[in-house]
Amino acid sequence: MNAPPSSADKAAPTCMGAEIRLEGVSVRFGESRIVSGINLHVAAGEFVCLLGPSGCGKSTLLNLVAGFLPATSGRVSAGRRPVRGPGMDRGVVFQSTEALFPWLTVQENIEYGPRMRGVPRATRAEAARHYLELVGLGHAADRLPGELSGGMRQRTQIARVLVNEPSVVLMDEPFAALDAQTREVMQVELDRIWQATRPTILFITHDIWEAILLGDRIITMTAGPDATFKTVAPVAIPHPRELTAPAAVELYRELRENIASEVRRTLQAQGMVRGAAA
Amino acid sequence: MTAVDRDSERYGEGPAEAAPPPRAFYNSRLGRLLTALLSVGLGIIVWQVLSLRYQPLFLPSPRLTLQAVGELWDDGTLLQSIGASLARIMAGWSLGLVIGIPVGIVMGYFSFVRRLLDPYIEFFRFIPPIAFVTLAVIWLGPGEASKVALILYTTIFIVVINTIAGVLSVSELRLRAAASLGAGRVQTLLTVIFPSTIPYMVTGARIAMGNSFLTIVSAEIVAAQVGLGSMIWTSRNYGKTEWVFVGIITLGLLGYSCDRIIRFAVRRLLRRYAVAV
Repeated sequence: MNAPPSSADKAAPTCMGAEIRLEGVSVRFGESRIVSGINLHVAAGEFVCLLGPSGCGKSTLLNLVAGFLPATSGRVSAGRRPVRGPGMDRGVVFQSTEALFPWLTVQENIEYGPRMRGVPRATRAEAARHYLELVGLGHAADRLPGELSGGMRQRTQIARVLVNEPSVVLMDEPFAALDAQTREVMQVELDRIWQATRPTILFITHDIWEAILLGDRIITMTAGPDATFKTVAPVAIPHPRELTAPAAVELYRELRENIASEVRRTLQAQGMVRGAAA
Repeated sequence: MTAVDRDSERYGEGPAEAAPPPRAFYNSRLGRLLTALLSVGLGIIVWQVLSLRYQPLFLPSPRLTLQAVGELWDDGTLLQSIGASLARIMAGWSLGLVIGIPVGIVMGYFSFVRRLLDPYIEFFRFIPPIAFVTLAVIWLGPGEASKVALILYTTIFIVVINTIAGVLSVSELRLRAAASLGAGRVQTLLTVIFPSTIPYMVTGARIAMGNSFLTIVSAEIVAAQVGLGSMIWTSRNYGKTEWVFVGIITLGLLGYSCDRIIRFAVRRLLRRYAVAV
């Protein structure tokens, strides 16, 4: 695992990362086996990217840790406590900005978690301001989500999660719906925010560059159904990362081949590639 | 990239605001108003022409109807009738919302309650309020209570059914977001499900308002001394067809105004809740 670079030390960590553990986890829906035999240990404060094509069960694993979905068998724990349902110790950033409350302003969205906990008005407003500034939305506090760009909405989602000071942040393709330029900005921003707050992050993506830019480790999965882990690649490149670095390019080639072979396997199984239907 | 340097994002991808293409006159504000006036004017002309061919008892002319408005206004009948009908509608409709919305929310959220009450909702919603006019008078007497109860009956099923539909269509994503932000079940109900359902409640309320006008006329025809329905019925007994016309036109204008007021209030007060009116 990578030691955090020294640049992270200038801001005091506000979220204490907690470890995530999945032991022998399988999920079935009726007859179909979504994932099976998953063992995963994410260390406290680590940034792990789950990389794989659509439908390989990445989101299923995230939903398990979030507590949205029970495991059919095996054990899921976060911060050494078994997961029994959703909880604010595990914040979730969703791909869709539908997850924001459109009738609340940016500030009110961010204050939602503290409000549910009964934090006094002044205290929670101050906390929200802090995270608004952290994600660079200080100027948009009083706007409604519907008035914001996609990138700004995702910043709001991130701030809304961080204000709860979760030990684990789960991100389900948070930038997949953004345009390419905004996505790049957001990736750099997330790297900075993570360095500043240091929760444990489980990040799901199908974008290889994104995984290389952000992850301490990148885990690829076999194509579903019945998906499982394929490879675990540590990323030994210092932050902030340059994607033109030879090590990054080399890793990209490896991961691309790794994932492409899974995609081919799926297509062959579906008889969609010539020579597959024998 | 620093925290402030993201102008490309701030300005580059907002909602596209292209310059509006030049609009035709009939699409402008004034044009639309004139179109509406033209439509009404044509209607009155057709009415006038037709009325020349028939007896006033069969089809009173616009002029005669206008005179009737004057008569009914001067002796206070018109205003009294409007007041009585409107008071009944408002009382029954408001009560229907106050009861129907919480019932719909609870039925939508707790599937056990929904299954428990569903047979009644599904049974009674097909029985028109008019069928209950006689019973209402027997049970509640000929006073205000029976009329208000009939409006309440009209409103409540529409509101309940719409609210349930709203609760059931709340995005799973929002519920998950609330849960992982620490909201409990009751908090989720109040802070996520209720506001998400507001557009459906408004739809229910508007439909119920329209139906309340149907109900009030039939209820007042059968059992009321005052009100627009009883005014229409009494006019028939006197052979004053033009008074019937006054009653009908008043009902139309009144209903239109009520809906306008609802829409205006919703737009002003509930803008955040994405209600399309």
